Parts: sequence; structure tokens; C-alpha cells
Amino acid sequence: MMTKWMAKGYLWLLLALLYSPILIIMIFSFTEAKVLGNWTGFSTKLYSSLFTGGVQRSLVSALWNTFAIAMIAATVSTLLGSIAAIGIFNLRSRTRQVMNFANAIPMMNADIITGVSLFLLFVSFGVSQGFTTVVLAHITFCTPYVVLSVMPRLKKMNQNVYETALDLGATPFQALRKVILPEIRPGMISGFILAFTLSIDDFAVTIFTIGNEGLETLSTFIYADARKGGLTPELRPLSTIIFVTVLVLLIVINKRAEKSKS
Amino acid sequence: MQKSDCIIGVEHVSKFFGDKAVLNDVNLSVRKGEFVTILGPSGCGKTTLLRLIAGFQTASEGVITIAGKEITQTPPHKRPVNTVFQKYALFPHLNVFNNIAFGLKLKKLPAAVIEKKVKQALKMVGMTDYEYRDVDSLSGGQQQRVAIARAIVNEPEVLLLDEPLAALDLKMRKDMQMELKEMHKSLGITFIYVTHDQEEALTLSDTIVVMSEGKIQQIGTPIDIYNEPINSFVADFIGESNILNGLMIKDKLVSFAGHEFECVDEGFGQQVPVDVVLRPEDIYIFEPSEAAMLTGTVTSSIFKGVHYEMMVQTPEGYEFMVQDYHCFDAGQEVGLLVKPFDIHVMKKERICNTFEGKMVDATHVEFLGCTFECREVPGIEPETPVQVEVDFARVILEDNEEDGRLTGEVKFILYKGNHYHLTVFTDWDEDIFVDTNDVWDDGDRVGITIAPENIRIVQSTKKEGSGK
Repeated sequence: MMTKWMAKGYLWLLLALLYSPILIIMIFSFTEAKVLGNWTGFSTKLYSSLFTGGVQRSLVSALWNTFAIAMIAATVSTLLGSIAAIGIFNLRSRTRQVMNFANAIPMMNADIITGVSLFLLFVSFGVSQGFTTVVLAHITFCTPYVVLSVMPRLKKMNQNVYETALDLGATPFQALRKVILPEIRPGMISGFILAFTLSIDDFAVTIFTIGNEGLETLSTFIYADARKGGLTPELRPLSTIIFVTVLVLLIVINKRAEKSKS
Repeated sequence: MQKSDCIIGVEHVSKFFGDKAVLNDVNLSVRKGEFVTILGPSGCGKTTLLRLIAGFQTASEGVITIAGKEITQTPPHKRPVNTVFQKYALFPHLNVFNNIAFGLKLKKLPAAVIEKKVKQALKMVGMTDYEYRDVDSLSGGQQQRVAIARAIVNEPEVLLLDEPLAALDLKMRKDMQMELKEMHKSLGITFIYVTHDQEEALTLSDTIVVMSEGKIQQIGTPIDIYNEPINSFVADFIGESNILNGLMIKDKLVSFAGHEFECVDEGFGQQVPVDVVLRPEDIYIFEPSEAAMLTGTVTSSIFKGVHYEMMVQTPEGYEFMVQDYHCFDAGQEVGLLVKPFDIHVMKKERICNTFEGKMVDATHVEFLGCTFECREVPGIEPETPVQVEVDFARVILEDNEEDGRLTGEVKFILYKGNHYHLTVFTDWDEDIFVDTNDVWDDGDRVGITIAPENIRIVQSTKKEGSGK
């Protein structure tokens, strides 16, 4: 009885430690106080000012940039990753192992290393840094995750299905479009959502590839804002909204994974 | 057979994976409307042959024709054949109707025509009213019916079936066999059917092609293959059989199991070693009497439903499998009789192991990638190519691989009444044949030794006799 109670207590303590920072932000997003930690009564004013332009224009444009970058990066990496997964899957088992390993390295690599190396790459090729370089960088680190989420669908597929389509008169491209694509679509969607969330919250890679033309994404904006002294109060409701959105997306991914398992 | 009758021609086709030959110079001609079964144990190349005809793989050598047109390099979607796979391979995201309509839609046929054809195909396989069912909700047998409908709806010239019933249970398999045979009759198209199940092959086919190790062993009607197997592999693979070493004394007289028997075979020559096949149902078994050609003791008797299967040991040391409607209990003395036309005599493929080798010095010879000690052979220079002969019974197999001069894997076991005849695939990639009384299993790793006095050196004068 005692051990059971302690196990439960430990679990709750752990959850409290993990989630208290987010909970504090969420609670204090419903008050007007400029300084975090002062409770001046319940209010949704920060939410309304977030949506009615009460905040700096730079926050709005940072938000917009973040969304656009995530959208483009997720779309492109979903395409690249799916094609790569099909290619890797059809390799001989030896080469396939090597490729799977090569695919795993960028995921394990520290973000800061990826960021610095991409920075050096762009500089040495004389590419001026800005929106494009950020998108390219995000595609780079998102693609392996798409490969990883498409691969299990390919493995689960009946290996004769593609051949059957050819046998029934489909060209290789038609077989890909009419048979392989519907089979791996759930994996592609999961991969897209994963890439999207990864892109939204990336800071380390973004800061090295964003250049100094004044382009800001949400993460770089918050970083700069915090260093200027004190966070803009509207960031509290914004963080809350982003957290809830990502949470919903994650639940969707997990539900899909469960469904495909059964 | 007229040339114009030939729907599929396979000429000198070989297929290599790396340097391993999966198919080795295969020749096959299939007549229009025939039901041909390619039969063989797993790994014999039968599926590869089917995949070459379907176009999923291309031949390394040789030519394949369909209806007189060469299609060796044609991609699968341009061939007038359709395939049914063992694991159904239905498209899981499409319902039954759309699965069957897949090929027709690619041909851009009008919707009304497609609907009519799909309904016909469903009726053909006995699945009317299943159009809008999800394929995952169907049983294995139903899924295979849909897969067959999906293939035949395209009206192919040839239907290829790759072990289509292997995943079904026995009862369902028997039902589907009958239905396939009916379907073949009413459609009138050519069926090429791959299976490892000899009973299925005998039941369904007009022609059976027996394959082993990438080569065609025999082509014939089920009755021919069963009654006149061309070699001991076919005899052993098709049905149950007693295979014994024999000696053809002269025309119509053969000796085996320590006795001489009258038979109907001629033209083997005199005093020629042969293989003798007796089907267990062709041996008469009765209480000991004057009529008995052989006597023996029943060692086991098992009820098999229709008949009893009994093992009979003769005093000469040979064991026979006998099937009869009457039961003789274990321990009982019996007499056996075989009619002359039930004795099948086959030419032996080889009577001893023959290898290409070369002399190392006067008492050493190199073959199978190893150097063996042998009796002193005077007058042969080192490095001279020679032929080496070793009797089957003189090859010694060791449990421990390290104890042998070279190592190998047991890949084929034939019981010859009083001993086992093994084919051992050595790591030098050549077969060595062994007669032994010890029991080995398929796939056992063994060490191989040969005593010096059992190695016969034959100075190779010409190339003649190599591989015999």
C-alpha cells in the first residue's frame, strides 16, 4: 500500500516538474499584468490584443514567417522523404542498412552542429542568407523524420502489390500513384505533421541560417525580445495557443499510429 | 504439336543471381489452352521461371516468346499475361469491385462495360453480390477468389498462378482445386500453375513439369510422370515409392533385393546397374505361400484412411513400403509379389563420384579444392589433370565439420531400401554423392573424408566421360 502510494506520488511529482513551466505561462496568459508573476485578476485582454494588432508588427511578421517556412519545409520534405523511403526500401538489404544508418545520423546530430555546418556551407558557397536558406535548412533536418515515418508503411505493405499493378497493365508511374501512394499516405501525413512541428519550434538551426537582413521567426523574435529585457506580455497567450496546437497535432499523430496498428 | 499451337516458348533460358544459377538452360513449350503445372521443391527455380514469364524479372540468357512474339525484355504491363499470387496481393484501399476493375479502368473502357465484365468475373468465381465489400473483411479463400477474378477479367492469353492455394486450409484447397479446373475448362485459356504439392499437380494438370535445382527433370502427363519417372528424384518426389539399386541382367530380367525378377524393360544392355522403382500400392501382400517372390516380416502398420501402410523387412536386409486394403499386423510373416509391368527400371545417372582433379605429387591429388592423400600412382607428372573416382559407399561423413577434409551440407536424401543415398553440396560448390546407413537430416552440416585407398585415379585421356 505504502509503495503504491509512493509510486503514484513520484509520478505526480515528475509530471508537475515537467509541466509546471507551461502551466504557469498558461495561467498568467489570462491576466493583464505586464510582469510575469503578478496576478491582477482574470482577463482575456492579452488574447484580444494579440489578434487586434495591439502588439508590435514584428511579432506578427515573425509569426507569419514561421508559419510559411514550416508549411514549405514540411511539404518539400514530405515529398523528398517519401521518394527517398521508397528508394531505400527497394535497395538490397546491405545497402539499405547503410542508408538507414545514414538517414539516422542527422536526427541524432546536435542541432547546433547542424546549424553551424549549414551556416558554413552557405557562406562558403556565397549564398546570401535569408528566407530561402532557412527553408533549405529546415528541409534538411525534417526529411529524415519523414523517411522514418513512411518506412514502416512500406514494410507492412504486401510486397506483391506493386507487381500486381504492373501485371494488370499499369505503367510503373501509374502503379506508384494508384497503389503505392494510397498505401503509404498515412505515413506521409504523419511525417508532414512531424516536420511541421519540428520546423515551428526550431531555434538552433534557424538562428545560424537566418542572416542579418532583419528576418525573424517566432523563436528568434522571442529570443531577441527576452534579451531586450522582459518578455512582451502577448507572448504568453501566443505560447499557450502554440502549445495547445502542437498538443492537438501530437494527439492526432498518436491516434493515427494506434489506428494503423490495429 | 504444331508450332502455331505454341503459346509460350522458353528457349535456353538461364537466370543468375550473382554467380549462382537459379535456372540453368531451361526449355519449355506450352500449348494453347493447356493446364501446365511447374512442380518442384522450394528453391528449385519454379517461381523464378514464372516471374520471368510474367516479366517481373528478366532472363540472363535465352529467349521467351508469347504467341510467337519475343518478349524476353518486355516490361510486365505490356505482356498479355496476368498473375495470381500466393498472398492474394489485393489492393487494400480499394473494395472488391475496384480491385477487379483495376485493369479495365487502366484500359479506359466505358463504365457500363466495366460493370458488366466485373459482374461476370465475380459470377465466375462464385462471389456475386460481394462488389462493395471491403477486401479486408473477406476470408482467405474469398480473397483468393477476388484475386483470380481480378486477373481473368482482363481476358489474358495466359494465366499464371504462383502457389495460389498454399495459404488456404486443406478443405478449402480441395474445393478451390476443383473450381480452378472447372474455370480452366470454361475459360479455355492457358494456365501455368506453380506448386510444390505433387498431389495438387497430379489432380489439376494436363502436363507436369518437374523441376529440381534450376533444371527441368521431366515433362509429361500426370500418368506418365507417375508411372514412368525418368530418374530417382522424380520417383521420390511424385507419390510414395520404393527406390532400390538394381542390376539389369539382360533384357526383361532385373535383379534387386537379392532376387531376380522378370520385367518389361529392354535396351539397357547386360549387367548394367540401374535404379528400380516400386510403387507401394503395386506390391501385393499376403500370407506366406508358394506365389511369394519375396518374404518378410511386417515391422509397422499404420491405418491411413483408405488403406494400410506397412513396412516389410526382408531377410536379405531390404525394407519395402507396401499399401494394401488388408491389414497385416506388425510381427506377422508375409509374402510379397510384384507384377513385371509394375517394376519401373530407370537408368542410373551415375554409378560413382567423378571429379576433375590434378596430381600434386606421386601420392597426393587435388580435387574439390582440397589435397587428398592417395595410393602411389607411378608415371604421372605433378600438375597433370586427372579424373578422380570415388565409390558412393566409400565417402565418410563426420558429425564434426572440423574432422573432415572438406565440409558440406546434406541437401537431398533418398532411401534405397537398405541404405540412404545422400547428395551433399560441398563448400567447393560441387555435389558429392554418399551411400550410408547412418541417418542424416536435410540441411545437416558435415565433414567429409575419403581414405587414400578409396581414391581411384584415372588418367584423363580425353574429355569423354566427364560429368557422367
